Amino acid sequence: MTETFYDVLRRQGISRRSFLKFCSLTATSLGLGSAYAPKIAHAMETKPRTPVIWLEGLECTCCSESFIRSAHPLTKDVVLSMLSLDYHVTLMAAAGHQAEKQLDEIKKKYKGNYILAVEGNPPLNEDGMYCIEGGRPFVEILKETAADAKAVIAWGACASWGCVQAAKPNPTRATPIDKVISGKPIIKVPGCPPIAEVMTAVVTYMLTFDRLPELDRQGRPKMFYGQRIHDKCYRRPHFDAGQFVEQWDDDAARKGYCLYKMGCKGPTTYNACSTVRWNDGVSFPIQSGHGCIGCSEDGFWDKGSFYDRVTDIKQFGIEANADKVGGTAAAIAGAGVVAHAALSALKKAKKSDSAEKVTGDN
Amino acid sequence: MGAYETQGFKMDNSGKRVVVDPICRIEGHLRVEVNLDKDNVIRNAVSTGTMWRGLEVILKGRDPRDAWAFTERICGVCTGTHALTSVRAVEDALSIKIPENANTIRNLMQLNLHVHDHLVHFYHLHALDWVDIVSALKADPKRTSELAQSISNWPLSSPGYFRDLQNRLKKFVDSGQLGPFANAYWGNPAYKLPPEANLMATAHYLEALDFQKEIVKIHTIFGGKNPHPNWLVGGVPCAINVHDTGAVGAINMERLNLVKSIVDRAKEFVEQVYIPDLLTIASFYKGWLYGGGLSSQALLSYGDLPERANDYSPANLMLPRGAIIGGKLDKIHEVDLKDPEQIQEFVNHSWYKYADESKGLHPFDGVTEPNYKPEGPNFKGTRTKIDNLDESAKYSWIKAPRWRGNAMEVGCLSRMVLGYLQPKQFPFIKETIDGVLKKLDVPVTALFSTLGRTAARGIEALYCADLQVKQLDKLIANIKAGDSSTANVEKWDPSTWPKEAKGAGFTEAPRGALGHWIKIKDTKIDNYQCVVPTTWNGSPRDGKGQIGAYEAALMNTPLAKADEPLEILRTLHSFDPCLACSTHVMSPDGQELTSVKVR
Repeated sequence: MTETFYDVLRRQGISRRSFLKFCSLTATSLGLGSAYAPKIAHAMETKPRTPVIWLEGLECTCCSESFIRSAHPLTKDVVLSMLSLDYHVTLMAAAGHQAEKQLDEIKKKYKGNYILAVEGNPPLNEDGMYCIEGGRPFVEILKETAADAKAVIAWGACASWGCVQAAKPNPTRATPIDKVISGKPIIKVPGCPPIAEVMTAVVTYMLTFDRLPELDRQGRPKMFYGQRIHDKCYRRPHFDAGQFVEQWDDDAARKGYCLYKMGCKGPTTYNACSTVRWNDGVSFPIQSGHGCIGCSEDGFWDKGSFYDRVTDIKQFGIEANADKVGGTAAAIAGAGVVAHAALSALKKAKKSDSAEKVTGDN
Repeated sequence: MGAYETQGFKMDNSGKRVVVDPICRIEGHLRVEVNLDKDNVIRNAVSTGTMWRGLEVILKGRDPRDAWAFTERICGVCTGTHALTSVRAVEDALSIKIPENANTIRNLMQLNLHVHDHLVHFYHLHALDWVDIVSALKADPKRTSELAQSISNWPLSSPGYFRDLQNRLKKFVDSGQLGPFANAYWGNPAYKLPPEANLMATAHYLEALDFQKEIVKIHTIFGGKNPHPNWLVGGVPCAINVHDTGAVGAINMERLNLVKSIVDRAKEFVEQVYIPDLLTIASFYKGWLYGGGLSSQALLSYGDLPERANDYSPANLMLPRGAIIGGKLDKIHEVDLKDPEQIQEFVNHSWYKYADESKGLHPFDGVTEPNYKPEGPNFKGTRTKIDNLDESAKYSWIKAPRWRGNAMEVGCLSRMVLGYLQPKQFPFIKETIDGVLKKLDVPVTALFSTLGRTAARGIEALYCADLQVKQLDKLIANIKAGDSSTANVEKWDPSTWPKEAKGAGFTEAPRGALGHWIKIKDTKIDNYQCVVPTTWNGSPRDGKGQIGAYEAALMNTPLAKADEPLEILRTLHSFDPCLACSTHVMSPDGQELTSVKVR
């Protein structure tokens, strides 16, 4: 009864032409170039649908919500045609015993061949009972399900790093999944949430090439997390020219100048927001006037206020660099701006002090 | 607690105990246990929140201007509403006034959330409680087309359209890989729709899945992304520039046109697909009026959507504020979030500890010390393997909030009933509800049911879709009048703040009344408390044995099949549970105990 991916597309009324167009779009969005389109097409014509078990621990469901926003491919086509979403508590029709039975059956039937996608993370305090499913600690279900998975996807900041419930002092001891799952390949797709089209691209990449995307040292797909938001930001020329927003809704804000001084974390954040953008490419945080809060970075909740300039954060090596570049440009732009840079240096010293105090309290 | 009577319900836990865990198609983790009598009628109901994250303690010591981002992550389904509540709490504490445009943009984002959330709830979280997808395979596409065209002008309604869809469904079912539709309750006698209505609703399930991603683009335009757009204390982060150089880096004419196209299409979808489907489904289920629970006796709404900026009085709100208790619909009580006598939380049956559990605590003075202890004479299982909980002991991660001592229902039904009772201020709500009741030929009391709750959500979606259009008109008119301001930065710098301040913020989240309470000391958060809609609705019992809204709504409902919890799901889903929201976040006292040790 195994059907190929292509069979499924065809019987769902998708024409060969649309199919090839989809392959070509996929190739482009993966940054592979159009030469790869025939390879993707061939893979899809010969592959059966892969079962996916999607588990949810301590989380807010923003990853699932993001996933269903995917514009290319459409979530409808992902769920009905590209994979078999066999267990997903937020979407599945069954509940209770029927849901638990479904999970058991899929684990047995596709032992070693299903993808485990995890949204959220397990809390370890109180013997794991800060997150209970079917009367048992979520962490047990997670470990059992991971044991027979082919690969594991860590959706979002929760599964990848811990996210908000793991922010200091992490009262439930919420723990990233790679700390409790061993011996399995884990692909981290961080962000709070990750971009919808990045999520579906990671999945289609795995289905298409039957391999994991190349990961960086932290376990993230290089194709989407290899560069900083700052590197590709359309406001970067304003940064280089020393043109900054100094206050919310000032003249510079209305002209779309750089948000670096308003605390933008673009210079230290690795994500695809400034290129793929959000919700079918409509915008991304910086384009809509607020700095990046760095939501795809490990521990982004505990690096000071979202409105502190990245210079205030000591652990990054590149800030001096960023400031220097901005400073040099400012020197050229005019002495007034240089004076402001001096004030900022003072502010920096003061802020670091208070930042340390906050950490101490926690 | 054996057999006893509370709030007009006779509780009897002597019959067969049935457990449903996990409850699917909700946000977060929820468990329900019920006792059935010999006729499979629910005679006792126990609802348990099964997750806890502790966000309030995490907020302690942080910059109040950052709190919106933390609290927004309480829930990614009702994304944005916690952030809005948070910035309002901070603005209340620091007496910050926001510009008119900021208020209108916030309203647009909040309305947008309601429309999106209600639509996704109806089709993707709730519809399968009423719609049997497998039955759709037997439908006649031609008659399905006739049905669709008789109720709406929606263009996707030809016999060929439904035939194609049916063929896809058939092949999907034949493949044996049913994905999210596997192992469900298809064929259960509690499903009442004819195959043609099932096929039409299934088509719209898929269309709504495609369309919902368009609706949220309003959040993306103003807030940069969805889920979890960005907000700002003092206004909104997006600047407006429609005339000058650099407009492309701000809200400009192109952006406003994009918003316009979305609000128009959203209204069209709600009017031509959602509402006709709702009425069709309701017409087949109007004999199934179980699930009223507390709705005919105790309703609460904080109100939302200020017409003019900075005026949060009931007369200026486009969603009603008020409380009804004791079933007295002719008396709408004033609601004050800061009155220590009104809102209080109890923990007699929650896994938390108070020094004196005979008393409730107002959120400003809230204490949340976790105390996980599954116990009681009827508890079965172990600490990490729960077979049966005992409702006479502590049994939930949700606290029990009470309004003047009463368990309350919050949400769409509360808002729509409160609007219906005040036709002068809310003529749209009154007229729409009357129209729906007339069309279905049911009395007004039919509102107090599972179906009534589901209908109220649709009516509210219609109301909000209409308001979205109007709020955009208002925004454009204000810009045209020369006002482009979007943020008040007078108190952005913490050095301008008083040494100590406290405030409360509220919204009506899609699921109901949402409040945040903040205390600020030396420019940092000293205490932060949230009481959220699902804390109200999913509340466990209190010290007097009063049951919460979920528990009440499940009472006296017959199950067609004792081993298939379809009716339980139907009623719980009508509230749109959100457990990540409800599971109480803890206060500064008592949290260090675990956190320090583990790190």
